[in-house]
Amino acid sequence: MSILVIAEHDNSSLNVATLNSVTAAQAIGSDIDILVVGASCQDVATQAAQVAGIGKVLVADNSAYANALAENVAPLIAEVGAGYSHILATATTTAKNIIPRAAALMDVQAISDISAVVSADTFKRPIYAGNVIATVQSSDAIKVLTVRGTAFDAAAAEGGSASIEAVASAHDSGVSSFIGEEVAVSDRPELTAAEIVISGGRGMGNGENFDMLYSIADKLGAAVGASRAAVDAGFVPNDMQVGQTGKIVAPDLYVAVGISGAIQHLAGMKDSKVIVAINKDEEAPIFSVADYGLVADLFAALPEFESAL
Amino acid sequence: MKVLVAVKRVVDYNVKVRPKSDNTDVDLANVKMSINPFCEIAVEEAVRLKEKGVATEIVAVSVGPQQSQEQLRTALALGADRAILVSTDDVLEPLAIAKCLKAVCDSESPDIILMGKQAIDGDNNQTGQMLAALAGYGQATFASELSIDGGKATVVREIDGGLQTVALSLPALVTADLRLNEPRYASLPNIMKAKKKPLDTSTPADLGVDTAARVSLLGVELPAERQAGIKVEDVAMLVDKLKNEAKVIS
Repeated sequence: MSILVIAEHDNSSLNVATLNSVTAAQAIGSDIDILVVGASCQDVATQAAQVAGIGKVLVADNSAYANALAENVAPLIAEVGAGYSHILATATTTAKNIIPRAAALMDVQAISDISAVVSADTFKRPIYAGNVIATVQSSDAIKVLTVRGTAFDAAAAEGGSASIEAVASAHDSGVSSFIGEEVAVSDRPELTAAEIVISGGRGMGNGENFDMLYSIADKLGAAVGASRAAVDAGFVPNDMQVGQTGKIVAPDLYVAVGISGAIQHLAGMKDSKVIVAINKDEEAPIFSVADYGLVADLFAALPEFESAL
Repeated sequence: MKVLVAVKRVVDYNVKVRPKSDNTDVDLANVKMSINPFCEIAVEEAVRLKEKGVATEIVAVSVGPQQSQEQLRTALALGADRAILVSTDDVLEPLAIAKCLKAVCDSESPDIILMGKQAIDGDNNQTGQMLAALAGYGQATFASELSIDGGKATVVREIDGGLQTVALSLPALVTADLRLNEPRYASLPNIMKAKKKPLDTSTPADLGVDTAARVSLLGVELPAERQAGIKVEDVAMLVDKLKNEAKVIS
């Protein structure tokens, strides 16, 4: 059993999401390497080498990999991964884009978003928007998996001393190019990494009213999320969406404001440690998963909540 | 320019799916089936490309059971010109579906392929990426904006933390995210007209595709239930509980 974990990074630092896949890999076996694919990404390799329990770090450092274009990265993963029994990556938008492409090049049926490792070839994963958990067994020689980050604790980022090896192979398909990126700059923590998340739903009424959530979030050091209904209604951008087709979060505290609690949304937050629901409809399904429910008009409750903090 | 748009027949998004009593699979007896919502967005985008004069022909394709004809008729009612059903009674995995679609691409030679980013049954989010890999196309998954000009597709993609823009040479594959557009409803005259549009049927065997399963389903279960907690009287009590009982804020 030899396992390759694909590093998630921005060419300068290792994204902690990678550490969730390392933990999932440890549940499969102990011979674990990390592959860093990027451009001018040596700092990432140095950080990856410090992760506890890693054998070696492979680094493919080439300008063709600068923006993690799937057309260029997938053939490299297929090439390097051919020597392994398992390939794992945490299910970020980057991995969801690249991993199935790599799997198809290897003629492997990938398994998406595993939430538990049963054995080296058998895994659990949520299907039907998290209504049902399936147990599936792969018969492919190489298992290609994406990992639901919230289902596995992060491995220790320090304590390891893996060797670092360069991978010379460069792939540049020429069929795609990177034009630009607009990443929201915010002092608030990232949704999937935040210890506290406060989310608004359709009950917020409009995008301006989310300001009430932002000011509470800033007091709590929280990230702000939204339900699909709030995104559909155009209140906030899609990258704030918490749910089966958006971000999966599991913070210490999740505060759902004006969110009814559709199964689609619950699938994205029900593993949170403590859930608070504020909704004026006492029949809202969100209350059935909330540790603390407050039946109240959010426009009265939110200002009061903020001043009480 | 020819657009190929792939659609999948899935359980309607309003249905709460449950395991069968023996937990071997989910119980899909007598549940409402619909076109996958993300596929519907892809169809809408194809129709808008035609309305803008960018596309000249829209071919809708589905890989699935005979009843997928209903979803193809929906696509035809929304504006597709003709349809192809790759008919099979087996539940195919994303890789097998991608291989069938690759065979359809080989004979149809589309300039752009539009699909949903994921189907809401298996939640795999793989088929588009796999088809792009097999066909050697550039791919833009999770699209929220698409424009086609001068033999190139420029696509804005939803990524963690924001948006990314990529350019792809044609033919290219684009998978639709939620905000790409808001699909229209099919009008009654268009539903009637759709019944007369051509719908061809073939099978994976006709296309020379081996669809043998690589992954077997050992069983299904309900997720762990979360217990409902308590209702608090007011904001003061809520803050007190969070500080002193749950100890999640200070």
